[in-house]
Amino acid sequence: MGEDEKNKKPKLKMAVYWGAACGGCCVSVLDVHEKLFDVVAAADLVFWPIALDFKYKDLKAMPDGYIDLTLYNGAIRNSENQHIAMLLRQKTKILVAYGSCAHMGGIPGLANFSTKEQIFDRIYCDTESTENPEKIKPQHIYKVPEGELELPIFYNDVMPLDQVVCVDYYLPGCPPQTERLLEVFMAIVNGSELPSKKTVIGAYEKSQCDECERKKTENKKIKKFYRPWEIEDDGETCFLEQGVICLGPATRGGCGTRCIKGNAPCRGCYGPPPDVSDPGAKMMSAIATMIDANDPEEIENIIEQIEDPAGTFYRFSLPGSILRRKVV
Amino acid sequence: MDFKPTIVSFLCNWCSYTGADLAGTSRMKYAPNIRIIRVMCSGRIEPTFILKAFREGADGVLICGCHPGDCHYHEGNYKCLRRFHLIQKYIQQMGINKDRLRLDWVSASEGKQFAELADEMTETIKELGPCEVKNTMEKLDKIC
Repeated sequence: MGEDEKNKKPKLKMAVYWGAACGGCCVSVLDVHEKLFDVVAAADLVFWPIALDFKYKDLKAMPDGYIDLTLYNGAIRNSENQHIAMLLRQKTKILVAYGSCAHMGGIPGLANFSTKEQIFDRIYCDTESTENPEKIKPQHIYKVPEGELELPIFYNDVMPLDQVVCVDYYLPGCPPQTERLLEVFMAIVNGSELPSKKTVIGAYEKSQCDECERKKTENKKIKKFYRPWEIEDDGETCFLEQGVICLGPATRGGCGTRCIKGNAPCRGCYGPPPDVSDPGAKMMSAIATMIDANDPEEIENIIEQIEDPAGTFYRFSLPGSILRRKVV
Repeated sequence: MDFKPTIVSFLCNWCSYTGADLAGTSRMKYAPNIRIIRVMCSGRIEPTFILKAFREGADGVLICGCHPGDCHYHEGNYKCLRRFHLIQKYIQQMGINKDRLRLDWVSASEGKQFAELADEMTETIKELGPCEVKNTMEKLDKIC
């Protein structure tokens, strides 16, 4: 009887797509291991380029709102990413920005320190292993005797998903913790009440520090910043108290402090806690006050030890931050 | 047309705002480009405020607080000083000239100094020209 009821329940239609991504997010979906059977029992995967042979025309042929849940991972780097994002939005009931890149731009977003021209010059002309005397670069349209060849347009900027389409939920992480994905997935399958739209799901409200098991004191004082390789971590004291930059205070919990448990400081992939628009600015605010000096020159010398503030504090969030890109 | 810079200025309630008030009540003349926002302490000025000012079209940001040692909350201005140096390093990486962000100390009796500072900052920004942050953002918004 129970079995029959289960069979009657219509299966969820699910899609997974990658924009400008490394593929790690798609792998994190596969990381459900044997739970994949539960997923497949409850959902049909109707579109998933990394694993299944569907074509864009199949997606186009689906009626609007046909897909129940889409996990879009990766940032928007070119016109293909944007086109499919818009198409998926049209075909999907619940669109989730899955992973750091779709959430705030992620690692590909660091390209916003450069322009399209700089990137093309470097990649197609200047790299040490490139020989391209005629300086041939990819063109959007290229005419050949057989007709026209078309490549997607490479944008000057990287954008997170919500800068091109309306996003229902964000599931952060690089990649998101698989357990969190399963929780969210099961909640949708079981028809539980979902949180209000445009919120982060699959992560906690509090910061990493709240979850972190390392020994902490109230007043952190930093006289010197160290890169992780410059200091021997004692394995139990707060990284910041040892002078190693850890983005825990301005990063959402939910990952289970995986990096910290592996003795590496937090890099901020889970994005900012609720109500924080710019994680890097918050982190700079926090870390600057920990500097143990009042003399302007001494302060400057200590800050000089932070090699690359923009890259460190906005490692996963540059396109989603207030300034979004380098002004040129 | 003459470039008229917009300078957002965060003044602490206890010293600098009173100093600016003194400049006003003493009828001192200074450049009208400063837009004053009063905060309780220079230590309250988050980096987010500064970045948001640039994003919304400020050509410069001026922060004023109590002189070192004079903070109403003991060490708010030192916290501001530490943040200021870090933010300055960050905005340079983002392609914003560091002179567009300035921190100075103005006490409640330094109306004249405030007026001079406002003139000086306006001159600096006029020389630098308009800040391109807002334009860049508007162009970005047009892509999608």
